[in-house]
Amino acid sequence: MDRAQLRELQSERLVKIVKYTYDNVEFYRKRMDEAGVKPSDIKSIDDISKLPFMQKKDLRDYYPFGTFAAPLKDIVRFHASSGTTGKPIVAGYTQNDLDNWAEGVARCLVAYGATKEDILQVSYGYGLFTGGLGAHDGGQKVGSTVIPMSSGNTAKQIMLMKDLGSTGLCCTPSYALFLAETIAEDPDTDIDRDLKLKFGAFGAEPWTENMRKELEAKLHIKAYDIYGLTEVSGPGVGGECEYQDGTHLWEDMFFPEIIDPVTLQPVEPGQQGELVFTTLLKEGMPVIRYRTRDLTHLIYDKCRCGRTMVRMGRILGRSDDMMIIRGVNVFPSTIESCILEIPEFNGQYFVTVDRVRNVDTFDIDVELRPEYYTDNMDKMLNLKARLTMRLVSVLGIKPVIHIVEPNTIARSQGKAKHVLDKRSLDK
Amino acid sequence: MIIDQLSIFLNNAVGRVTEVTTTLGNAGVNLKAFTLSESSDFGILRLITEDNAKAAEVLRENHFAVNLTKVVYLELGDTPGALSECIQRVSDAGISIEYMYAFSTGNAASVVVRTEDVESLNALLEV
Repeated sequence: MDRAQLRELQSERLVKIVKYTYDNVEFYRKRMDEAGVKPSDIKSIDDISKLPFMQKKDLRDYYPFGTFAAPLKDIVRFHASSGTTGKPIVAGYTQNDLDNWAEGVARCLVAYGATKEDILQVSYGYGLFTGGLGAHDGGQKVGSTVIPMSSGNTAKQIMLMKDLGSTGLCCTPSYALFLAETIAEDPDTDIDRDLKLKFGAFGAEPWTENMRKELEAKLHIKAYDIYGLTEVSGPGVGGECEYQDGTHLWEDMFFPEIIDPVTLQPVEPGQQGELVFTTLLKEGMPVIRYRTRDLTHLIYDKCRCGRTMVRMGRILGRSDDMMIIRGVNVFPSTIESCILEIPEFNGQYFVTVDRVRNVDTFDIDVELRPEYYTDNMDKMLNLKARLTMRLVSVLGIKPVIHIVEPNTIARSQGKAKHVLDKRSLDK
Repeated sequence: MIIDQLSIFLNNAVGRVTEVTTTLGNAGVNLKAFTLSESSDFGILRLITEDNAKAAEVLRENHFAVNLTKVVYLELGDTPGALSECIQRVSDAGISIEYMYAFSTGNAASVVVRTEDVESLNALLEV
């Protein structure tokens, strides 16, 4: 589909979804009335900027069903976000929503090369989290054989990976790294002899190009990004293609915009900003101009793979994950990529921010690869100095680096937790 | 003579050294010498035991970052000037010392010396 045709389809679907949400959901009716916009003002996708934004807070305020557009009798499944801050966000799906969601995941898997012949090990958590069942339904839609492993129980993961011959792995990139480390330490498992892995579908947390290199080198696979969020659907809002040059967003279903998070105005095409989604087909819990807080940019040029759908650059961080330390904006993903540039470090890190006598403290624990823990203190102090200098030049502020013993930084099996900001805890 | 020394990387945390000694004690490994050097946030515990191979094995089983390092072990008379005379020979030979530690048992003094090139140092001092 060329972009003009796509635009037409998006326009047609936007007009419908705006009218549908206005007619069925008090929340949308109220917001649009307040903004002085009527459904009839929306004639094409270009009119989308007339519509008011919504954010996570709105979904919380209307917890649990306040933004649902379909009656509960048509909702066939609930999922919920992890809800680390108070009430979770509950998403309700109609059967059509689940079918479209599976379609989105299936498009990603096919782009990674998955076929009916493949065996997919789904090591995302199953349950309220969308990762497990989302990847599961998408895998079945492709016709691959799905192993509904869920997360955790690493020894069993590796055993079944060997015995059942998994060819694809779906999990968070940090868990994939943990699996890779465990496999490397396991004398009974040789990657080439015992495993058949070809590709990994990694998502649910931002990751870096260096992490990709590391996962590909350690697991002997191609590592692909799969993007999504519960509020919009789940994993499979978009995914990379074989060229690994940006994450294609399935914009016939999920319309993306980039806005300036401060002025809330759309940015010029290609500029960085906050990603905003409108679900063009969702029935259960549609969202209109939902602010994701993910910071990225969109690439509209046609991809070498032939797909015309827009590509999203790497997620640089979240506008709400961003720490302001001594007045400087710091993203965990930037810290991570600096660490992974120096091969002696294993990529695990934990940031602690605090305020002592009105000055922000900024400490980062890091681990070395086992072979670099030496008897030579100078060598380790040099590594510490190298990382400090690299971070100073990239961030503009100086962290205190602490090299810690191997395996002291807690590994997560779901979304990695990399930051403790004690300043916010004291409030 | 050249002997093995265990170097253990430790977080600067209360009780971490005790965990090493307890681990070795439980495994029945007897310590011969022990020194701790530290930077602001980590330490390197260096020790010599009666069974270094076993010590390294049990420590690794308990997830300590352990290295075996070659060092030169000397026994000197426990008399004034004995150590000085020995170190003078090392510096005259242009060998730089990374670190060393010494202890006296009353009759004899033991010295452990680490350099880049333990072979040369050993050859020099064994004469």
